[in-house]
Amino acid sequence: MSGEGLTVRDLRVTFDGFKAVDGVDLDIRPGDLRFLIGPNGAGKTTLVDAVTGLVKATGSVTFGGEELLGKPVHKIARLGIGRTFQTATVFEELTVLQNLDIAAGSGRGPLTLLRRRKGVPESVTKALETTGLTDLRDRPAGVLAHGQKQWLEIGMLLVQDVKLLLLDEPVAGMSHDEREATGALLQRVSEDHTVVVIEHDMDFMRSFARSVSVLHAGKMLSEGTVAEVQADAKVQEVYLGRASEPEPAAVPVPEEA
Amino acid sequence: MTTTTPSVTSVPLLERFRVPGGFVLGAVLLLGVAPLALSDFRLSLLAKYLCYAIVAVGVSLAWGRGGLMVLGQGVFFGLGGYAMAMHLKLADAAATGETLPDFMQLYGTGDALPWWWKPFANPAFALAMTVLLPMAVAAVLGFFVFQRRVKGAYFAILSQALAAALSIWLIGQQATTGGTNGLTDIQGFFGYDLNDPVNQRMVYFIIAAVLLVLMAIARQLFVSRYGELLIAVRDSEERVRFLGYNPANVKLVAYVVAAGMAGLAGALFVPAVGIISPALIGIVPSIGFVIGAAVGGRASLVGAVLGAIAVAWAQSTLSDAFPAAWTYLQGLLFVVAVGFLPGGLASLGVVLRKRRTRTTPIPTGETA
Repeated sequence: MSGEGLTVRDLRVTFDGFKAVDGVDLDIRPGDLRFLIGPNGAGKTTLVDAVTGLVKATGSVTFGGEELLGKPVHKIARLGIGRTFQTATVFEELTVLQNLDIAAGSGRGPLTLLRRRKGVPESVTKALETTGLTDLRDRPAGVLAHGQKQWLEIGMLLVQDVKLLLLDEPVAGMSHDEREATGALLQRVSEDHTVVVIEHDMDFMRSFARSVSVLHAGKMLSEGTVAEVQADAKVQEVYLGRASEPEPAAVPVPEEA
Repeated sequence: MTTTTPSVTSVPLLERFRVPGGFVLGAVLLLGVAPLALSDFRLSLLAKYLCYAIVAVGVSLAWGRGGLMVLGQGVFFGLGGYAMAMHLKLADAAATGETLPDFMQLYGTGDALPWWWKPFANPAFALAMTVLLPMAVAAVLGFFVFQRRVKGAYFAILSQALAAALSIWLIGQQATTGGTNGLTDIQGFFGYDLNDPVNQRMVYFIIAAVLLVLMAIARQLFVSRYGELLIAVRDSEERVRFLGYNPANVKLVAYVVAAGMAGLAGALFVPAVGIISPALIGIVPSIGFVIGAAVGGRASLVGAVLGAIAVAWAQSTLSDAFPAAWTYLQGLLFVVAVGFLPGGLASLGVVLRKRRTRTTPIPTGETA
């Protein structure tokens, strides 16, 4: 399995007359590791919100042949689309293992739910290994370091058996080493999943992106490989600041409102 | 409660027998020591407190684990209590050759029993209703409330309003529900004379046994995967939704189970105390039902149960001595427990330990 592709056509999201997403088309091939970049307010997070059912949108979003718009959040999740948020949300009072076990269990019947967990599901063991959290599995998630929480969230998506991962700024606030580790993790994950990453960090994007989409003011500005996008004059103008050699890491970017 | 002292938690053998050991100890205390040590009068008081403890078991599940601020458990307690009392009143009347309960002969309009009283003459139906009626009401109410994502303070206020509405409705129906007086002066309990101390003791044993069984059921729910899921919903409902669950259903189960337990508690309260009335199920008693759990520790089953018993005991002791002051003290207890010690007394040990040794951050592991 190499994930499923996502097709977005003429997606529009409006908040009180403000067009947060204004007619976006997007094609993500199965197995892609796509970076979604753009200035603050470009509509990146809103796009993900629309795809996952959190905000109302018009247009069309299909995944594996199914129309997603109009479906409730939990049904979209069951189709195999998982996401993370800008701030890591794990269940702080539960252990790493319990977090992963819950993520693995949305298909469980009542009888399984009413019984105590015996042993560790195979998918959970695998996700613990992939994310490097095996030694911490009995720790409450609340005491994990920031980076580890993000990895746990990615691990939760893996055991959830999603085909498409939508990650909202997974490396924000991480140290350099944590970024490298996260990038390596994303590359491993993308071997058998489709991954979409919203990111501000240009260095991180250059190191790990397989393809890039640039959003600006709710519209798709440019798409292609890292080199193609960086060479695009429109992109340089609105986002990379016209400099031939951008230094985005020097500019701290606040979280999107 | 822990049977072993907290300092030996590192010993695996004791840890393994902590829960079954605690359960056995609780059973010995409730079914062996208490009936031997307490007078008939004290034991019947304890029976009443244990009814509150049964409500607290459900509160611990719904509020402690599920984060549902169930401030209207009086509704379910009342439904269970009235279902039981209606049957007992009809049985009392039948025993003396009457067709109508005494209060209907006094206040009633005609000599016909209202249609909705009739099925309660059947003991099996009435017993089933003490649990099923509260659960059904909770299921319908919870379905709409949770589906519409009503939560937090709004849910609490809604629960309170419902408790107020039920007690006001009951007061208005003097002819069919006994009005403000409620259903009183209950003499028999399935053929046993409640004025006989031996039968009062039997009622106590039934209540204690029911409490123990419900605690065992709740404990199973706590440690099951459902229990873990319930905590997850309490702490981050949105995240759970993105994992493919419908949190409304998860909450609904806890709410309905808690309602069933409150109903059973109400039903057992009737033979233990001999009365059910609007004053016992309205807003103030509904808050009272959660205070014990809050003080003892709502997320801890044993904490909630002991808290409920302790607060009920304090209430009957202090409200006699200082009738005016008790309500204030009750409010103060609630505020202090919720505001400053959310884990209740059960968490006191953990809180103090944390004070002494600040949590050490764990080293960042490598992803590999």
